[in-house]
Amino acid sequence: MSNSTNPVSAAKPHPKLQSHFFSMDQQLEASTLGMWVFLVTEVMFFGGLFMAYIVYRNMYPHAWVEASAELNWKLGGLNTGVLICSSITMALAVRAAMMGNRKQQLINIAITSILGATFLVVKFFEYKAKFEHHLVPGPHFDPSLEQGMQIFFSLYFVMTGIHALHMVIGLGIMAYIFIQAWKGTYDAEYFAPVEVSGLYWHFVDIVWIFLFPLLYLLGAHGA
Amino acid sequence: MSSGHHVPSIGMCVRVWLALLVLTGFTIFIASQDLGMLNTPVALLVACTKATLVIVFFMGVKWNTPLTKTVAVSGFVWLLILFFMGMNDYLTRGWLGVAGR
Repeated sequence: MSNSTNPVSAAKPHPKLQSHFFSMDQQLEASTLGMWVFLVTEVMFFGGLFMAYIVYRNMYPHAWVEASAELNWKLGGLNTGVLICSSITMALAVRAAMMGNRKQQLINIAITSILGATFLVVKFFEYKAKFEHHLVPGPHFDPSLEQGMQIFFSLYFVMTGIHALHMVIGLGIMAYIFIQAWKGTYDAEYFAPVEVSGLYWHFVDIVWIFLFPLLYLLGAHGA
Repeated sequence: MSSGHHVPSIGMCVRVWLALLVLTGFTIFIASQDLGMLNTPVALLVACTKATLVIVFFMGVKWNTPLTKTVAVSGFVWLLILFFMGMNDYLTRGWLGVAGR
């Protein structure tokens, strides 16, 4: 099946090149594009929650400020920093994968996972405090809270809870690409799974970049 | 580098990382100031700047093909349509008297 008119196929194809793709570049582009299509659906998924946020904040502007002051902005800020640090290590992991550097790739994926786990631990202590203060919607929800504040806390738990679920899934993805990188699956030609996992991780970081000021910082100036 | 992928430099990653940390500090500082109506627009402007830095550099959209760039931008355009049409509804509901309400 050698075809002399095609200079690309003259070389032995990469073992990871799927038969329906012309080249590794095309395969990578298809993976990146497909991931972005998925991320667009994720933008719309979180977008619905942000839409609810805008509507109810517009209805209860004062309750929003009061309820936001109940959140611990220091822990929220710490978690923002943790996620930003995990984003640079993720970017460096993808960079290492592109260069076929297995060791750097493993180190950076490990640091990214540790930072992701740190985020969830901090989140656990935040949630714990909210349970103790009866600010969690449910049977022990503080009945003296005004309606707007109750809606704020409901949205807070749905938005940060779904974000945390994305973090947990992200940690699972990190574990998978760590194992694959350990086995030496990726090289300078085939790193699409690392690249695509990186896109997911950065997207989850972006969601938090918006959640942090919109949920935690409204009551910070004592209005 | 036989395949022509753009490999981001470590220096660029560090600069973006530092910018993100500085902007996070800035957004916390600005929240402690009473800017009246401007607090939320400023916070959103900073958040959008941070998101753009992550998308363009960390996610590497800068070096993607025009098709991928278009898809990436389209998600946020549709989000703005959702917000615009949604608030167009909610903010104008009280403008007209509706029979039976």
